[in-house]
Amino acid sequence: MLAALTLVSGVLAVTTRQIFRAAIFLLFSLIGIAGLYFWMQYDFVAAVQIVVYVGGITVLIIFSIFLTQQAGDLLPRQKMGRQVFSALAAFCGFALTMLQLYQHTFKATTGQPQLPTVSNIGDRMLGVEENGFALPFEVVSILLLAAMIGCIVIALRSKPIAT
Amino acid sequence: MMEPGLYHILFISTALFFIGVFGFFTRRNLITMLMSVELVLNSVNLNFIAFNKYLWPHKLDGLFFSIFVIAIAAAEAAVAIAIIINLYRSHQSIDVENAEEMKF
Repeated sequence: MLAALTLVSGVLAVTTRQIFRAAIFLLFSLIGIAGLYFWMQYDFVAAVQIVVYVGGITVLIIFSIFLTQQAGDLLPRQKMGRQVFSALAAFCGFALTMLQLYQHTFKATTGQPQLPTVSNIGDRMLGVEENGFALPFEVVSILLLAAMIGCIVIALRSKPIAT
Repeated sequence: MMEPGLYHILFISTALFFIGVFGFFTRRNLITMLMSVELVLNSVNLNFIAFNKYLWPHKLDGLFFSIFVIAIAAAEAAVAIAIIINLYRSHQSIDVENAEEMKF
């Protein structure tokens, strides 16, 4: 059910010709993925998915659509040959991957399961001993800071050129 | 409710990945291409979480990978949208066909 929601709205998001509808279908697809995380009992990742993707990135995309697109005009129809070729390429890749997947059997480990509770995640995320993720955490924070400064610089730069 | 298996999740994420690839090939609008990239990144996240849950439940590495991927995807989307809006200001269009020169 959730899988059908995710896949159908994903397909519609890449094929619909109204860009605003594409954004809304993308929103439903992301909500479906968050539902799958809830289904696998990874509540924290599902919450992060809803907050970052559904709440952040989709709103950002919708705002940029409002800023750059005239309301109501359709995207131009693509060439048939290109569409057929890309559908063929995507389908071939899909078939190849599924073939490999069903010929391969995965072996699970038999260790004691570590539950993905928020306190476990917090301990590991900021742990500095072995298996701790403090260094990647700091690197990602530097990256986010750099991206934010870069966005401001890019968005500001065209003003003096235009005047 | 039916418990999801590893192969179900892998099927969903593979299908979503190639939907994203198809969208990236066919679309010629920068915002829709960005949306296809988001679909691809989400399928990768789904893969990480599924492998973490079903194959290595005693570690949480896949979960951290997916959290870092989400953070990097947020940064990437923000930078991409800043570039798109800047491009629209100078070209009045966000088709990739119309943005041929690098310098403007």
